[in-house]
This record gives sequence, C-alpha cells and structure tokens, in this order.
Amino acid sequence: MILNPFKSIRQSHQQRAASHGRVRPCAPRAMDEKIQAALDVSYRRLLMTGAMLLFAFGAITVRLVDVSLMQAASEPRVTYAPRMQEMRMDRADIVDRNGTLLATNLSTASLFANPRKVMNPDDTARQLAMVLPELHEAEVARQLKSKRSFVWLRRNLTPRQQWRVISLGLPGIEFQSAETRVYPNGTLAAHIMGYVDIDNGGLAGVEGTFDTTLRDDAAPLQLTIDARLQHILRKELSRAKTEFSALGATGIILDARNGEVVAMTSLPDFDPNDGGNARPEQRFNRATLGVYELGSTFKIFTAAMALDYGIVTMRSGYDATKPIRISRFTIRDYHAKRRWLSVPEIFMYSSNIGAAKMAEDVGTEAQRSFLRRLGLLRPASIELPEVGAPMVPSPWRPINTMTISYGHGLAVSPLQLASGVAAMVNGGIVHKPTLIRGRAKSAPAGQRIISELTSREVRRLMRLVVEKGTGRKAAAEGFLVGGKTGTADKPKKGGYSRRALISSFVGAFPMTDPRYVVLATLDEPRGTKKTHGYATGGWVAAPIVRRVIERAAPLLGVQPIDENSPAVKKELHIDFKREGRQLASF
Amino acid sequence: MTPIARDDTSVLGRWWWTVDRWTLLCVCLLTAFGMLLTAAASPPVAERIGLDSLYFVRRQAILIIPAIALLVSISLLEPRSIRRLAAVAFVGIIVLLISTLIFGPEIKGSQRWLTFAGFSLQPSEFVKPAFAVVAAWMFSARRLGEEVPGYQISGAMYLLVLGLLLAQPDVGQAVVVSAIWFTQWFLAGLSATWVGLLVFVGLTAMVGAYFVFPHVASRIDRFLDPASGDSYQIDRAMEAFMNGGLFGRGPGEGMAKAYLPDAHSDFILAVAGEEFGLLACLILVALFVFIVLRGLNRVLEDKNLFVILASAGLLVQFALQAIINMASTVGLMPTKGMTLPFISYGGSSLLALAFGMGMLLALTRRRAGGVE
Repeated sequence: MILNPFKSIRQSHQQRAASHGRVRPCAPRAMDEKIQAALDVSYRRLLMTGAMLLFAFGAITVRLVDVSLMQAASEPRVTYAPRMQEMRMDRADIVDRNGTLLATNLSTASLFANPRKVMNPDDTARQLAMVLPELHEAEVARQLKSKRSFVWLRRNLTPRQQWRVISLGLPGIEFQSAETRVYPNGTLAAHIMGYVDIDNGGLAGVEGTFDTTLRDDAAPLQLTIDARLQHILRKELSRAKTEFSALGATGIILDARNGEVVAMTSLPDFDPNDGGNARPEQRFNRATLGVYELGSTFKIFTAAMALDYGIVTMRSGYDATKPIRISRFTIRDYHAKRRWLSVPEIFMYSSNIGAAKMAEDVGTEAQRSFLRRLGLLRPASIELPEVGAPMVPSPWRPINTMTISYGHGLAVSPLQLASGVAAMVNGGIVHKPTLIRGRAKSAPAGQRIISELTSREVRRLMRLVVEKGTGRKAAAEGFLVGGKTGTADKPKKGGYSRRALISSFVGAFPMTDPRYVVLATLDEPRGTKKTHGYATGGWVAAPIVRRVIERAAPLLGVQPIDENSPAVKKELHIDFKREGRQLASF
Repeated sequence: MTPIARDDTSVLGRWWWTVDRWTLLCVCLLTAFGMLLTAAASPPVAERIGLDSLYFVRRQAILIIPAIALLVSISLLEPRSIRRLAAVAFVGIIVLLISTLIFGPEIKGSQRWLTFAGFSLQPSEFVKPAFAVVAAWMFSARRLGEEVPGYQISGAMYLLVLGLLLAQPDVGQAVVVSAIWFTQWFLAGLSATWVGLLVFVGLTAMVGAYFVFPHVASRIDRFLDPASGDSYQIDRAMEAFMNGGLFGRGPGEGMAKAYLPDAHSDFILAVAGEEFGLLACLILVALFVFIVLRGLNRVLEDKNLFVILASAGLLVQFALQAIINMASTVGLMPTKGMTLPFISYGGSSLLALAFGMGMLLALTRRRAGGVE
C-alpha cells in the first residue's frame, strides 16, 4: 500500500467507497469531490512525511552501527593535548635542560589501621607481618590494640605490597593514597635537587629554594643541568675519589659564556629519595656550601689582575731564587727553579714566590677590589639554600695579599672559583652562576672585569700550563684544554697540614674560544703507586678534567680541532723573551 | 489465543477487535524495555544525587500502572470525544503553562516545572499531544469547508504555544510543536510556495535560536567542534556504544551510567548500547519505526481528514521525540533535552505519551462505516 503511487490510492479508495456504498447519497457531488481532493493531497503528503521520518530513523540506524562496531576502541574520539591545569599535581616536576625528568611525583598507598574496627589484633598483626616482613609483628599488634581510631602502619607501599595486603581482606586495615616525591635518577644530582620531607615540603637544594613555586606552579622547573654530563662528571669524580682514597670530591662544568651550571657534583652524596636519612657529611654540598683555600688555581686571578692593571707584561718577571720570609711565614716554591722567572714561567711552574711578588706590586687595595668585583668576597649567588660565605681575612694585611696570590688565606667555594675563572677566559665578563634555565638570558649583561686582551693572555697562560707545565695530565687531545693546578695544604689547628691536601684543577676548553669551565677538586687524596705517591692537583685532579672533557665535549657539541694548526699556534703563542731580566737584577 | 470472543459487543470487546493491537503490543514492549533500562541506568544517577539507589526505578514502576490505564481508557473513546477531550485539555494545559512561567521554580536556567503536593509536572510534555489534536480539528474543519476560520485559529494557537515554550525557554519542545503544526498544515494542503517559505522561516528560526539562546549556541558550538568545549557527555556516550559492541557487556555491566549525568533520561540509549549492545538498540529503533509506519499506514486507509491530521500530528510528535533523542545520543546533532518515548525515566513524559498514544489508538481504531 505504501509503495503505491498516489493515483492508485485514490482509485482504490473510490473503488472501495463505491463498493461499500458509503458515499453519503444526499451529499452534493461537488462537496464529495472537494473532500476527496483534500484527502488525496493529504495521502500523498503523508507518504512524503513517512519517507522523511524513515530517512531519519535510517540515519540513526547507520550511525548506531558506526559507533558500536566501526570505531577503533583505541583511538580517542577527540584528540587534544592535556592542559597543564588538568595535570595538576601536588608538586611540579623538575627537569634538566633537555627535559629529562629529575624529580616527579608518584601516587602511592600508605597503610593505616583503624584499631576500633580490627577484630583480632594479634592475628591481623601476624598476617600483616607475613606479607610486609619489614613490619614488626609485636609492635603492630600493640598498635592495633590501642584505643585510637587511626594508626599509621607503613607509608608508601608498592602496588604489589598493596595488593597483597588487600587480598588478606582484613577489616580495619585501610589505605590512604598520597603523592610521593620521586627522583628517578637517584643520587645523580643529589645536592642540586635537595630533598623533601614526608609532607612534600622542600628541605634542601632547588626543592628548598623553589618550594613555593613548585607547590603553586604546574609547569615543571627546568634546570640548566644536563643529566648526561652530570652523570659523566659524577662517575669520573667518584672513580678518582676511590682511586686516591679521598675524603670527598667536587666537580663543576660551567658554561663560560653565560654562567649556566651544566653539571655540579659533590661527593660523598646521598639518595634524595631518602634524603632524610642521609648522614650530615653526605648532605654537605662541597661545591657551594664548603669553602676552601684552593691554592695555586688563584694564580689565574693574580696574573690576570697584574696584567690588566699593567703591573706586569707577558715578558716581565720576578726573581724566584730565594723563598720570601715575611713575619713568621716563609713562602717557598713547590717546584723551585731558584732563578729569575718570567710571568709565563711563574704561571707554568706555579711559583708562589713569583705570584706573591706580583701581588705585592699590585697592592692590597687593588687586589681586594679585584676579588670583590669577581664575587669572591661574598657568598656565591646561586639558587640553592646551601651557600657558604667565603672566609675573608680581616684585617687584610700585606701578608694576606701575598698568600692570597697563590690561594691561601682566602677560602671560597669551588663554584666561586669556577665562576671567577669563567670571567677570566670568556673575554673578561663576570656572569652570575645559575641553575635555572632561562635565567641567564633574562639576566642583566655581565660586568666587565678585565680587558679582552688580558683575557686572551690569561688563556695563553692557562694553555701553557696544560701544554708544558703542571697541568699536562689535563690535555684532552683536540679540545685545546687550558687550566691551572692547585694543591693547597689543608688548614689545621694553628697552621697548615703538610699531609692533608686539597688538590684541584680548573680548566677551560677550547682555549681559542672557551665554551666551558671544568673544575675538579679532591679532598685529602692519597698518592698511589701510579702517581709515584704524589697527590697534587696535577697528578690527581687534572686527569679527571681530561676524562670529563673527552667524554663531555661530544655531548656539548664542541668539535675537536687540530691543536697544531698554525692558526691555533698563533693564537696561543707565548714569546719567552726575557725583557724584564735587567729590570729585576737592578 | 484470546479470551475475548470475536462477537463480544461489550465496550471492551469492541475495543479489543477494533484497536491496533500491534501498536499496542509495541508500546507495551517499549514500556517494558524502558523499565528494564531505568532499572539498569538510574541507580548510579540516584546515588550520585544522594537518593536511595532504587528511587527512580520505584517512581517509574508506580507510574506505569496509571500510564497504561490512561492509555487504554483514552483509546476507548470515539474520535468526537477525543476532539473534545483534547480541546478541554489544551485550554487547561495553556493555563498550566502560563502558571509555570509565574510560579515555576527556575531549574538549570529555565522554568519548566510546576510543583504541587509533592508531585512535579512538566506541562510542556502534555501540550504537544493536545495541540496536535486541536490543531488537526481546526485544519480539517477549514479544509472541509466549514464556516470556521480554522487556519487562523490554529495559527494563533501555535503562536501562543510557541511563545509560552520559548519563554521558559524550552527550544526542543518548541521545535517539536512547530514540526507538528507545519506537518499538519502541509498535509492539509499548504501550497508549495508556502511550504518553501515556511521551511526557510524554520531554518532562519533555528539560526536565530543560536544567537538568541546562549545555551543553544554553546551546544551547537560544541557539536560542530568537539574540542572547543566540554563534550564530556557525548564522548562518554560514544565510549559506551563502542564498549557495548554488538551484544553489549551484559546487564549492569555498563560504565557510562556512572559518568553520564542524564543516563536515566536523555542518554538512556547509550546505556542500552553499552549493556545490551547494538542489537538491542536496533530492536528499539525498529519498534519506533514500526509504530510510526503502522500508524501512517492505518490513516492512509482513513477517509476522515481530522483523523488523518490528528494521527499524523501525534505520530510526528512521537517520531520526532525519538529521532531527536537518539540522534543526540549518537552524536548526529547537538545534544537536546528530549526524552526517548516510553523508555526514558520521567513521570510527565510517560503520562503525556500515554495520553498522546491513547488518542492515537482511539483515532486509528477501525470504525464500522469508515466515517463516523
């Protein structure tokens, strides 16, 4: 019937109407026709209406089949990047300069009991101790017998432990889920990260400094640290520390151009995941909190200031025949040459006598002003709570001026030394060291401390040390390492110990256009057979720097170059003509 | 097969042999399926809003008896009585609609409910069937040459209802009422020019609704670009169908009802799809299609224009409600608050549908003599 065209419907109706004799006999024919016409229109349009409704139902049917069977269950219907607000956590992540996760949160379950609901405390304690062996059964039973309604049994269960406890089906034993701070790299950058307390409050490191920011912001905190370099530095330091049975070790890789700390390690260190249980000496950050007399590495500053103030030139020099006696001290050379030494020679052989005489000529005020501008007389500006104040002599006597010239009598943190050396080699600009990515860019331009020319001469001197002087073991082939060794006697009651040393090497590479400063310091290293019993900076610390540079340079994108090419030779050439000899003799 | 003898001439006997028993059966099946789905979908919803978990199930179960009684007793009436009943009901409902605007509490930004004696009523559900019958009466009277300004009266009634619905505002019901009125005028012989013009006006009105009602605009925006805003409900519904597949996860095994705020009403089809599968959904669609086609087929044999128009109006209302609800749920159109006839939870909706379906069954009964 539905498929019949309109005409046949009309016909069938007329036929049926006729056959049934239902047409009212007395009705006028015109009226009948009018009714029939109206009915015809409505029949036809009724079919159209039905067709449209059927079409709509058909579309729904097709769509039902589509959404039920044809959609891939794994594909999200709408793809969108989750917004930071949606991923809100208790505490923001910390990542390294490449986005590698250094600190994040895991939600874990913590086990507690409501002793009022526990049915059989002894049996419950026994069963719990069976699946969680670290629980003390008697202690748990005692807790479960208490009248309280809440006792912690154990925090931070693993999913497997939680599942085991659940499958015991014990009444009154419940879980509370909480976020736990996790450092997936463990000890890797322990002193930089710091750690948090049980309520996720930052206690040390950047966790402490940025506690509020990390709580409030959802965006991860990005550090300047490179996890790969951090790993290399820590590994090499740790190896040397073991090899030389040192008490501790410190290492820093600093971007010489902007002060970004690319890696920084202090050994011994700790696991931030369990920072609260670390021993005090593990928590102690030698790189920023510890201040040390860092010895001859300071001669870099002495030479730079003397050159920059115009007190000496690369060709002048000093008589280093005899030790200097001043008041009750004697200043002597470790590698004594007992002759006149030019400035490059003083640097190369690390002559204390020469450095002391140079500083004497510079003068106390000029030296103090120079070191102050270099940031060595006040605590380092770095985004860590653990920053040590330098130990500055007061009053600053002429004797202090002389000892400070070779790194005694002024104790600074290794980070301050590295940052100061960066300013010496980068063309003469002081940048504040930073751990936070992006800060270096937004920081005001650094202050000039020495001229470009002086910086160039300092680079030549530092390269000379590695090429021919005390720092030869730092030579990483192809990377034009330059630097300065430092071996300082550790202070002890009423003087210095001859046996206990702080042995360092601070270097930079490549010396033609230094990109990075690398520092390594060992605390009380013991010489080995291999080093013929020596534990000086040149023997124990310089090799660390060499290995670190060899491994790190490819990652830092520094291309090896031909160290003997004429251009390099010319750039780093030092003329040993002795123009000042006569001056000194007279 | 049946206890009622073919020659039984009592009221019930005559009703049984003249009423459209297939449609009646389908309505009963729909109601039963609706009860089943309400039992499946509503407990999580009830628990979420702090009610006893079987609250909706009980309320729906209690209302089914009066709804069926209403349906059967109205279907006993003659077309003439249906006309009178609808006219009286229409006047009463208009009064209720006006009082809704005056006394009704504002819920989710609109005034749609009247509350008395602990029972809340949504008059807009009842206005649709009553309007369908009364408008059909006016159209047919005019068309058959009676001295009544039928078109004008039906037009005035339409504008009155439309105004009252838009004032609530309830755009969905306004669309349904408009479709009823337009279909009836179309069937009553509206000229092709007018059809074109009114289709244009209808489209313009829908575009206008986008700009006038912010909630309409927001829903359409989200439909056109799901990423632009919260497409939570429709995403959950899609997941439900996907999870259900062909045979469903099994009764009570669905997840969608735990997330969909209107799992027991507007989105009940998603629950059906997830727990009972595509086959059950298709059976559901088939039941609706059967009722609509069966009804249209029966009036194609009728010679009473009033019966044709009124039945068509009621069927369009029934079909459109089902289409709008299902199309929204499967994401074919923007979400629109519209119940799935006889399936969704909702007292007003169920009673109003029983009222409308009762009138349809009464109008499509086989009448001796064809013309009353």
